[in-house]
Amino acid sequence: MALSEAARLRAEVGRQEQELRVLRERLARVEAEESGPGLEAELPPLPARAALSAAEIARYSRQLVLPQLGVRGQLRLASCSVLVVGCGGLGCPLAQYLAAAGVGRLGLLDHDVVETSNLQRQVLHDEAAWGTPKAFSAAAAVRRLNSAVQCVPYPAALGPATALQLVRQYDVVADCSDNVPTRYLVSDACVLAGKPLVSASALRLEGQLVVYNHNGGPCYRCLFPTPPPPETVTNCADGGVLGVVPGILGCLQALEVLKIAAGIGSCFSQCMLVFDALEGQFRNIKLRPKKRDCAVCGDHPTITALQDYEAFCGSSATDNCRTLSLLPSDDRISVEEYKKLLNEQAPHVLIDVRPQVEVEICCLAHALHVPLSKLEEKNEECLETLGKIICEGKQRANGTAAFPVYVICKLGNDSQKAVQILQALSVKEFGSLVVKDIRGGLMAWATKIDPTFPQY
Amino acid sequence: MAAPVSLLVEFGGGAELLFDGIKKHQVTLPCQQEPWDIRNLLKWIKQNLLKERPELFIQGDTVRPGILVLINDADWELMGELDYKLQDQDNVVFISTLHGG
Ligand SMILES: [Zn+2]
Repeated sequence: MALSEAARLRAEVGRQEQELRVLRERLARVEAEESGPGLEAELPPLPARAALSAAEIARYSRQLVLPQLGVRGQLRLASCSVLVVGCGGLGCPLAQYLAAAGVGRLGLLDHDVVETSNLQRQVLHDEAAWGTPKAFSAAAAVRRLNSAVQCVPYPAALGPATALQLVRQYDVVADCSDNVPTRYLVSDACVLAGKPLVSASALRLEGQLVVYNHNGGPCYRCLFPTPPPPETVTNCADGGVLGVVPGILGCLQALEVLKIAAGIGSCFSQCMLVFDALEGQFRNIKLRPKKRDCAVCGDHPTITALQDYEAFCGSSATDNCRTLSLLPSDDRISVEEYKKLLNEQAPHVLIDVRPQVEVEICCLAHALHVPLSKLEEKNEECLETLGKIICEGKQRANGTAAFPVYVICKLGNDSQKAVQILQALSVKEFGSLVVKDIRGGLMAWATKIDPTFPQY
Repeated sequence: MAAPVSLLVEFGGGAELLFDGIKKHQVTLPCQQEPWDIRNLLKWIKQNLLKERPELFIQGDTVRPGILVLINDADWELMGELDYKLQDQDNVVFISTLHGG
């Protein structure tokens, strides 16, 4: 009985999965049709509104009775358009609250598709949206919430060729992006188009918010004339982020957009809000005024058209993971080659150089764990353990010429740094070694060798 | 002789990771001939607090691009930047700007 029930359910799951596949394909086609006008197309202006309908009064009654907003503010919201750059951890709650409050038009821009690791913080996307462009997924969720809001999805990356034309069509811009080149691009476009920019960012357990180019205040370049060195920039994939932190920042961002759209004005022009979730602390920082010598918003601007921002920042706007190439190819092996060595039971030592917190997520059982930070500081205890293990390995290998040591990390960047450190140490500390790193790290192991190995 | 200066020096936005992950540092700068300014404070931090990879925090005699310096909750640009003369009990914050979203 139990078996036949299981078989019946399995068949049913298979049938429904097939049905889902068909539906997803149909959805993709419909979405492509609905995909809106493209980045270059001209949108018709939103009409100015003279009165609210009875339905609108019922819907927005709780905010209409606020004297700071009132009917006048609500009418302004209804004729206001907001461009949301990035439909991720900040853009989702932002778009949700703007739609709920009755903003007239929302442009939703994102070049990415929904992935499993997004769902922890990007709350407009759900499990069924896996693989769908985020711009469509966000637009669909916003339409479900408030069908009166015009949603314009842009499933594309913002670049210097199209940004200015796009920004000109909106009243307020919200920067919810996740990289440095896009932040400079959006800010310059807002200065050139004369639009207020509500900008927020979040990482780990901290967030920051500033309103730029508003009420005579500074722009992003006034504050940061020079981009940070690329190696100092951390993204959410590497640094981690607790979902509610961009959630809080996205909500604050929505608040400032609503205040600007309703004509109340923002208090974060020339002011930065810094949020520390661990300390439960909000800090308001008084910023410098608009700089007279700013390259884009100053008295004698040198930037009068959008530039190549990826070159300016030395980093990519669409590829979140930097791949370093520090070692010659002879000093690196592939996961396939390493698998072969394992199968042959070739004597070696494998060192996993990830931080402890990542080793606790998943690891290869036979790897010796020595975090890169300990190698960088030449931690004596760690080097001693490492020396002992290498020595034992050598004895087991009956003193073959140069003993092989392989280094692995998550993606194959830190492992190269560790190889360089170990190569500099090896002769003095450990005798003759051949130290190589494993290209692509454990994530390559998971995709190419062991599909059951967790990916994070 | 300038008297010793007690400061609360804070790091945030990830800059604390260069200081063993510790965000708040109560420090006392010793007596010296010259008054303490931010330029000297940066040198002192480099010698006394910053253990590794100083280039991720300091470039030349100033902070690297992307780090905002706050003196008593105001942008240091409003306070004279490197030349600001530190007062006893000042709060100096170094915040790395975030870009994630
Ligand atoms: Zn400016």
